[in-house]
Amino acid sequence: MSEPLLELIGINKSFGPVHVLHDVDFTVRAGEVTALVGDNGAGKSTLVKCVAGIYPMDSGEVRFRGQPVTIHSPKEAANLGIEVVYQDLALADNLDVVQNMFLGRERGSRWLMDESSMEKAARETLASLSVRTVKSVRTPVAALSGGQRQTVAIAKAVLWDSKVVLLDEPTAALGVAQTRQVLDLVRRLAEQGLGVVLISHNMADVFEVADRISTLYLGRLVADLPVKETTHSQVVELITAGRSGDLGLARPEQVTL
Amino acid sequence: MTETPARAETPPSGNAISDFGIDTTSQSTGEAIRDYFARLRGGELGSLPALLGLAVLVMIFWALSDNFLTLNNTANLIAQGAGQIIIAMGLVFVLLLGEIDLSAGTASGVCASVMAMHYVEAGNLLGGMGTTVFWVFELGMLLAAFLALVMRIWAGAVFALVAFTMALLGVPPNAWLEMLLAVCVGAAIGCITGFMVSKIGMPSFVVTLALFITWQGVILQFIGQGGVFGIRTSQVLFNVANGNLSVLGSWLLCLIAGGGYAVVVLGEHFSRLRKGLVTKPTPIVVGRVAVVGAIAVIATILFTVNRSPNPDLVTIQGVPYVVPIILALLVIGTFTLNRTRYGRHIYAVGGNSEAARRAGINVSKIRASVFVVSSAAAAIGAIVYSSKAGSVDPQAGGLNTLLFAVGAAVIGGTSLFGGRGKVAHAVIGGLVLATVNNGLGLLNQPAAVVNIITGLVLLLAATVDALSRRRAAVASR
Ligand SMILES: Nc1ncnc2c1ncn2[C@@H]1O[C@H](COP(=O)(O)OP(=O)(O)OP(=O)(O)O)[C@@H](O)[C@H]1O
Ligand SMILES: [Mg+2]
Repeated sequence: MSEPLLELIGINKSFGPVHVLHDVDFTVRAGEVTALVGDNGAGKSTLVKCVAGIYPMDSGEVRFRGQPVTIHSPKEAANLGIEVVYQDLALADNLDVVQNMFLGRERGSRWLMDESSMEKAARETLASLSVRTVKSVRTPVAALSGGQRQTVAIAKAVLWDSKVVLLDEPTAALGVAQTRQVLDLVRRLAEQGLGVVLISHNMADVFEVADRISTLYLGRLVADLPVKETTHSQVVELITAGRSGDLGLARPEQVTL
Repeated sequence: MTETPARAETPPSGNAISDFGIDTTSQSTGEAIRDYFARLRGGELGSLPALLGLAVLVMIFWALSDNFLTLNNTANLIAQGAGQIIIAMGLVFVLLLGEIDLSAGTASGVCASVMAMHYVEAGNLLGGMGTTVFWVFELGMLLAAFLALVMRIWAGAVFALVAFTMALLGVPPNAWLEMLLAVCVGAAIGCITGFMVSKIGMPSFVVTLALFITWQGVILQFIGQGGVFGIRTSQVLFNVANGNLSVLGSWLLCLIAGGGYAVVVLGEHFSRLRKGLVTKPTPIVVGRVAVVGAIAVIATILFTVNRSPNPDLVTIQGVPYVVPIILALLVIGTFTLNRTRYGRHIYAVGGNSEAARRAGINVSKIRASVFVVSSAAAAIGAIVYSSKAGSVDPQAGGLNTLLFAVGAAVIGGTSLFGGRGKVAHAVIGGLVLATVNNGLGLLNQPAAVVNIITGLVLLLAATVDALSRRRAAVASR
């Protein structure tokens, strides 16, 4: 087991009266793919957004390479080398593909952006993801299909020299070939030593690429298991009931959101 | 964060860019034209409706009035519309965020009255305003500077402090200093508006509606009921909107504007072509440059003809000063929006502010800054329309000034919903409104008719905006 790259310890997060995350401990290891699974509303996206600096955490500690860090803004997360593909994509419809991929980190000087270098880099990244249907990298995102947008969002995250990549349901809208590409990419990123977090509802994909599976149940992290020692049915039980045999919560029936 | 492409990017087998699906970097002319029509059908109309409308209006007025399409009236029309056009250019920045600045008109009036008071009172603002009002004004400037510092909008703070200092020192009357003072006061006003909208989080509609009324009161306080500040006697202030370049200057402008456009556009086009980047077909680019160049030359030839109604007594020739003023602002505004990070971030916030926030953009600073731009531009507009009128009265910037400026931007193709728009739209839309105004005036139509027709034109433009947006929403699904 490799060293932990990103550690979350005892994270709590509430939206008003709704307590969404309860003392969540979550670890991302370098060179590994950690799958984060859980039912709709379990709190997966919320956890990702806390790490990304979009939502402030109510309590809890974050360690990056063993050092305690605070992440108050998306910029701080990016500076640490944390990249996120959001479930709701977060692309500006009125900007084109290149502009979206470099948004907030444009190349060139503040007064004159270096468009040609950005355009080249964007095209190379997209080519590596086998985007075959985008007419031009200067197409506004508004004109792309759902799957194409998702690919752009993924390309945007892998464009940077990052340490940790979190992908929130990156294959939800993708066709067979593009899903294949993304799963291969996920593996490739891990082999290059990045810590990768994959959120997915597709158990086949999870079991194919993940090294570990962490399960969220109503905002509680109930199990963190190596894929090799886990079966499909165990994970499904953990997701739906919070418990499977000796694994998971002792009394899941008493848990409320 | 470094910008080295991630190591994941090694494509499987050396088929990188060439294999990028049907991604194309160049199209044939035919394809590009078909593409353009497809986009029109998809609802991306841009300023096409406004240009067509302008052409139709010009033809109607030409047919109805012998005085309309004369050189003298054309120059006059441009000077009449210039103030509004400039205010509209600043408003485009605000509209791009889907916000509105209803106070831009009366804020421009405040700038005009401070400028004119400085001239009329020979630099003694303390005497002109009275002690209490003067110190309230100075405190306002300091407050604006402080708010700008809090928001880290350094330029806004500098402008506000310059206004504070100029008023405090009582700098001697000088037309250039007075114009600078107007712009500084405008920027300071924008800092206050921006702070309330972006930091306190009030809807811009409410903030600027309240300020609209407030500034109207301030103008009245400065000038006094029934008062008027004449600035006709200042050669420089009067010439801004009434003077013309010399014939030599006109041709120099033609060379700089037309030639500069050609050099920039062609230079960029061929450099992109060399690097294998996405480009438009060369014939279209060259054609566009040729059209712009031809317009520049023809306009210069016409404007350098003596257009005086009594050619034997007086000579009026040369391009009006407002033309280079508008062109310069157009270039600065377009460059800012298209080429700088700031401009890119404005579009991003207007398109999807949550995405912009997640990309690490300081959304609230961007939101505040556009009000500084809008108010500063309004001040420049105020200089121009005051110069045209030759005086500043308590109505300055009131009445329809603001609504016409918003109308100009929208008619030109800038969306009220944010995210779509260009500075050039303000110029095109402003020319449409100026044409309506001028043409109906020549036909001796009463104000009632002018207002009704202007309103209907605006309504038409807003309808086109809403319909094309619906169309675009359907097309992109
Ligand atoms: N901004 C918010 N304000 C209030 N409640 C929220 C907010 N965001 C999420 N929630 C609540 O937090 C809970 C967890 O939501 P979250 O989006 O993290 O779930 P998820 O595990 O990602 O689900 P899915 O699989 O459907 O994407 C839900 O009950 C949701 O209603
Ligand atoms: Mg989710």
